[in-house]
Amino acid sequence: MACNSSSCQSGCFRNEVEREQHSNPPTETRSDSNEPNLCVKCKANEPMCGAGEDGKFCLDCFRSNLYGKFRLAVTSNALITPADNVLVAFSGGPSSRVALQFVHEMQQRSQKNFDASKDRSLRVFGVGVVYVDESTYYSVPSCEIDKAIQDMKLTVSDLAPPAKELHIVPIESVFSLESSDGRERLKKLLDSVSDPTGREDLLLHLRMLALQKFASENGYNRLVLGLCTSRIACHVISATVKGQGYSLSADIQYADARWEIPVVLPLRDCLAKELNMLCQLDGLKTVEFLNKPHSGINGLVSSFVKLLQQENPSRECTIVRTAGKLTPFHFNKIPELNDSSVPLASRRRQKRFNLKPSESISSESFCPLCYSPLNKSDLTSLNGQESSENSNIFGAACCSSCRFQIFPKDHSSMEHFCSLLPGPVVARAKHGDSNGNFSLLRKQIQDCLLSDSEDET
Amino acid sequence: MEKEDSKSKKAGGRLCCICNQRRAALKRPKTLEQICRECFYEVFEEEIHQVIVENQLFKPGERIAIGASGGKDSTVLAYVLSELNRRHNYSLDLFLLSIDEGITGYRDDSLETVKRNEIQYGLPLKIVSYKDLYGWTMDEIVRVIGLKNNCTFCGVFRRQALDRGASLLKVDKIATGHNADDIAETVLLNILRGDIARLSRCTSITTGEDGPIPRCKPFKYTYEKEIVMYAYFKRLDYFSTECIYSPNAYRGFAREFIKDLERIRPRAILDIIKSGENFRISTSTKMPEQGNCERCGYISSQKSCKACVLLEGLNRGLPKLGIGRSRGHNNDGRKDGKQINGTSIESKQCGTLDF
Ligand SMILES: [Zn+2]
Ligand SMILES: [Zn+2]
Ligand SMILES: [Zn+2]
Ligand SMILES: [Zn+2]
Ligand SMILES: [Zn+2]
Repeated sequence: MACNSSSCQSGCFRNEVEREQHSNPPTETRSDSNEPNLCVKCKANEPMCGAGEDGKFCLDCFRSNLYGKFRLAVTSNALITPADNVLVAFSGGPSSRVALQFVHEMQQRSQKNFDASKDRSLRVFGVGVVYVDESTYYSVPSCEIDKAIQDMKLTVSDLAPPAKELHIVPIESVFSLESSDGRERLKKLLDSVSDPTGREDLLLHLRMLALQKFASENGYNRLVLGLCTSRIACHVISATVKGQGYSLSADIQYADARWEIPVVLPLRDCLAKELNMLCQLDGLKTVEFLNKPHSGINGLVSSFVKLLQQENPSRECTIVRTAGKLTPFHFNKIPELNDSSVPLASRRRQKRFNLKPSESISSESFCPLCYSPLNKSDLTSLNGQESSENSNIFGAACCSSCRFQIFPKDHSSMEHFCSLLPGPVVARAKHGDSNGNFSLLRKQIQDCLLSDSEDET
Repeated sequence: MEKEDSKSKKAGGRLCCICNQRRAALKRPKTLEQICRECFYEVFEEEIHQVIVENQLFKPGERIAIGASGGKDSTVLAYVLSELNRRHNYSLDLFLLSIDEGITGYRDDSLETVKRNEIQYGLPLKIVSYKDLYGWTMDEIVRVIGLKNNCTFCGVFRRQALDRGASLLKVDKIATGHNADDIAETVLLNILRGDIARLSRCTSITTGEDGPIPRCKPFKYTYEKEIVMYAYFKRLDYFSTECIYSPNAYRGFAREFIKDLERIRPRAILDIIKSGENFRISTSTKMPEQGNCERCGYISSQKSCKACVLLEGLNRGLPKLGIGRSRGHNNDGRKDGKQINGTSIESKQCGTLDF
């Protein structure tokens, strides 16, 4: 569903910018000059771009097409509804900048409807913005960080009312410690991971934890990420390469409610190229230097996908479309739709797009570290281990990918590694959640248990 | 004295980490363990034996054709299978099955290699030729259609020729030399092309069980590098020249990517295969319904099989017939933008990766 030829207009918007005062010189010219050179959508204005199969849009239509993809994703999947309080994760980059812009525009529109309605029954969803500060890990000069944060604050406060605030959340907040202790612990934790890819992925998990923690503590009920088709395509390939084929489909849907605060990806159908273009055209300010290039496996994957995209401009779409055909998980939809504040149309549409009920009845267990659903082969390799040590129980409960790329190789360091992890992560492994590993293991030995209570051993 | 000491250290003072007795002679590509040659042979062969046993690839008494091209994969496969057959009493009747496409200077040379293998390993050899089956050699086809699209013929004809040769030999199964790198590449290619049906079955170790003759891949988990290493140390006699009609005698993007991955994380190849096995693909995703070709009886989803369509074009002087049509659905990688800087995304042009 990610992109079919009719909705994905991912063509070249490379050389339309002559009219804007940007620098790109035109590199392609329209081949057949017989046809009147008009936007394919409105058939009135001149297109921005002169060549290519797709993307013969004028500026207005390009914009409205992109916003249309966002809105369709939001409404079809009930990603944001009037009663919601939405937290937008903002990194300063073009994707999350557009996510912020579009969420803001949507909020403005519903504010307008609210103001116009007589009984004021339609509510307007709330929006907050959060930036996760990872400067503890990336040694960027503090003046640069301060400057970037200042810029981002300005971006957020410059948005038209309703007013929004940019919250700065240091990544070490996941430890719930004094800030200096937290920084110390984060450094130690990341330093104990020897594989560069593993370190990068662990940081990503911690970022999600920090976002979840902040959202939960501040009354938000949705977390908006700016992940676009291009980034998702990279994730499809890197998850495949890391042996995470089973859990992959959990990560790439519009909605992911395995977290306490459901995560939504309204830009899932937009290409990075389009988002960059929009930022340029509309003068949306982005803060680029914070985006560190990937290393290790993730770096290889992104240059591979880049190369493929050059070879065929629809490749990213195809990759995401393939992965979109994998069966999603039961948690890949926004729960509780009986709320009367959800418009009927959304509810109906969601029904149409979502899973059959038979597929939704399943109890997944999750890797306590990366929170990806575990498949049976991961669980059976877990059963082989017999140990009473906490660290080993934790290790055995994790997915094989985390075990390989994040865990220390020798068992003696394992206890130390576990002691550095944020409390909630370790707790996830120990207790399991309502449908977690523990209960699954329990099921397998049920016939041998004499008591129903889990406390008795 | 001192000099000699440091020299012996340099040359491999390290002991094999498996037997702890002999000097390590190589770094095992799959695990990076430093091991001796003898232990390498043993783990290499034993792993393949385990794959055969765990997946029940063969039953005692079966007749098995080994698809033999004279290249490294099939040569090592023939050698190892005949070894294991003897050692573990599989009680298999093994045959070498080769296809003679009729390519002067390429196939005739590689067939010489297979003929030597026949004697070296004591395995009966059957050669089926395009000329006998279709009335055309590849040389003749290329004379008619030129160097463009010739691999379409090559691939389609070879796949069918292997089946026909196998039925002449009355074998129960064909074993092919596809290795772990090949399968990992196929997984990636199917993702890149949006081919969910092929993605769902490309990691199966046995395929075509519904068809006339099933095929299996005993090297599913065997790294290409280890196959080369095995052939090198055992001094096996194989042929390594690329097909002269294959216009791209280099690796494709996906293969390069896999080699890059292997360099920083050898396990990535196995992880890709593991992902391929574990993708959540609903069972309703099936290949198109298979029937039989009206002309030759070969399995086909169309009225006529691809080979018959291509053949008809050749015989009627319309060699383009059947070339443009894509094989299945979603073949978007093939139609446009196939090449950039002279490189394509797949490494094997003649369709040997996908069967
Ligand atoms: Zn227009
Ligand atoms: Zn994990
Ligand atoms: Zn040894
Ligand atoms: Zn060829
Ligand atoms: Zn036929």
